[in-house]
Amino acid sequence: MARRYLGLAALVVAAASVATLAVADEAERKGVAAPPGHVFKTIISGYEFRSKETRALQDDDLENPGFLAVERAADAWKKAEGSEGKSCMSCHGEAETSMKGVGAAMPKWDDKLKKPVNLEQRINICRSEHMKAEPWKFKSRELTDMTTFVRYQSHGMPVAVKTDGPMSPWFERGKQIYYTRYGQLDLACESCHERNNGKFMRADFLSQGQTNGFPTYRLRDQRLVPLHERFEGCMFDVRAEPFKPLSDEFLALELYVAWRGIGLPVETPSVRN
Amino acid sequence: MRRSLAAAFALCLSASVGLAQEAVKEPIKLDVVNDSLPKSLTGAPGDAAAGKKVFLTRTLGNCLACHQVTSLKSEEFHGEFGPSLDGVAGRYSEAQLRLIVADPKRIFTNTVMPAFFRNEGLSRVRPEFVGKSILTAAQVEDVIAFLKTLN
Ligand code: HEC
Ligand code: HEC
Ligand code: HEC
Repeated sequence: MARRYLGLAALVVAAASVATLAVADEAERKGVAAPPGHVFKTIISGYEFRSKETRALQDDDLENPGFLAVERAADAWKKAEGSEGKSCMSCHGEAETSMKGVGAAMPKWDDKLKKPVNLEQRINICRSEHMKAEPWKFKSRELTDMTTFVRYQSHGMPVAVKTDGPMSPWFERGKQIYYTRYGQLDLACESCHERNNGKFMRADFLSQGQTNGFPTYRLRDQRLVPLHERFEGCMFDVRAEPFKPLSDEFLALELYVAWRGIGLPVETPSVRN
Repeated sequence: MRRSLAAAFALCLSASVGLAQEAVKEPIKLDVVNDSLPKSLTGAPGDAAAGKKVFLTRTLGNCLACHQVTSLKSEEFHGEFGPSLDGVAGRYSEAQLRLIVADPKRIFTNTVMPAFFRNEGLSRVRPEFVGKSILTAAQVEDVIAFLKTLN
């Protein structure tokens, strides 16, 4: 207990020069100023809530286990698959240029499907429609690797989702889900990540539940975890029946939660416990 | 005896998902009087030692996930969602504590503390927990007996 408070004190000192008017809870951790009308004053990445060791692992490209996925997918990018005999590279060229900024702006509206699609879905649309290859299964190593690789091309760029126009009913649906209590424990995303972020719960400091680091390498699982798997986990833990990965509900939630993290730098591949 | 029977019953139910529908029991009705529950839920007093176990067990009360208790200092990870429960027996009567544990939203509006003795009015509950409260009546009484030691 005492050691933790010492740690906090050190953080406060370190952040004191950056934080100006932020409220006490938020003053301890660095973040970006939220736009007017946002729920937070300061938007803070999950990174700031993790231990020094975990942060160091994320910061070191050679040590960060998430980079193995980036390397694997860099090869897959060039590999022709499916009956069209095409690779991602055939159409998109160098990912470093063609995919820059794409992952920071997901989910995006899809005019053909008349709904938002996220990165996993977008990649699979290209596989089935443009390559005539089998779509990858959600949670498969291939899909999570490629998602990580594409999102990594936006590393450091601010999260910038569009929420107006045809997106707005999806945004509202996501918001409604965020504030609904689910499960036998009767808790909403808001109960933990809005009202209680910065507080200690069992073995974890609760963060704002931001999505800028996904897919994220979880030390507990020893692998990269896609965002909808994390959503599932949070719902499961309150003894709720989670929505299905890539369902409309989780798409709406992904859009809404991305907005809650607007302006945060993309950290993919992040490291979390 | 009573409690081990209840536990065996609970095991039977969770063993068979197919029974989930039949597991839906009557909605629990609480005899609330002046923001409290004067009557024991089992008709008998609880056992403080058993209550301490319920309090600590993650799959049962998991109360330390959110509360701090000085006398349980040797246990790891006291949460910070809720207040310290030191001296709580001095702040509330037994009847009030019973309602706080059974259905805290009746006292603390919009609280994040779960209702431990409620089995309806919840959304998307996982099939294995449908129609069940987090704790049994006997477990609630045991926790109350433990809380009464925190004075
Ligand atoms: C009972 C508390 C609780 C509830 C309710 C909850 N979460 Fe979480 N969530 C956690 C914990 C604990 C973690 C791990 C520590 C952290 O990053 O906050 C976490 C992590 C996350 C993360 C990863 C953050 C990162 O930086 O890696 C996201 C995203 C998230 N939650 C979203 C949600 C959403 C969306 C909901 C509602 C569907 C939700 N959570 C409901 C407790 C909860
Ligand atoms: C035969 C051409 C073709 C191939 C092969 C292809 N794509 Fe695409 N991709 C497109 C087109 C065209 C679009 C624009 C949207 C549309 O019409 O589907 C697109 C859009 C995208 C987008 C969204 C870009 C944005 O600006 O939002 C991503 C991400 C993407 N592709 C990833 C991939 C990946 C990863 C692969 C390989 C697994 C791949 N694509 C293979 C043609 C292709
Ligand atoms: C998810 C978090 C959470 C869990 C789990 C939890 N509580 Fe609470 N509890 C709270 C919060 C928050 C409050 C403060 C009430 C409010 O919201 O205003 C509280 C208040 C209380 C109070 C009143 C304290 C006071 O001094 O006013 C008692 C007694 C209590 N809880 C007992 C328990 C017991 C016993 C358990 C386990 C069987 C438990 N709680 C589990 C969050 C929790």
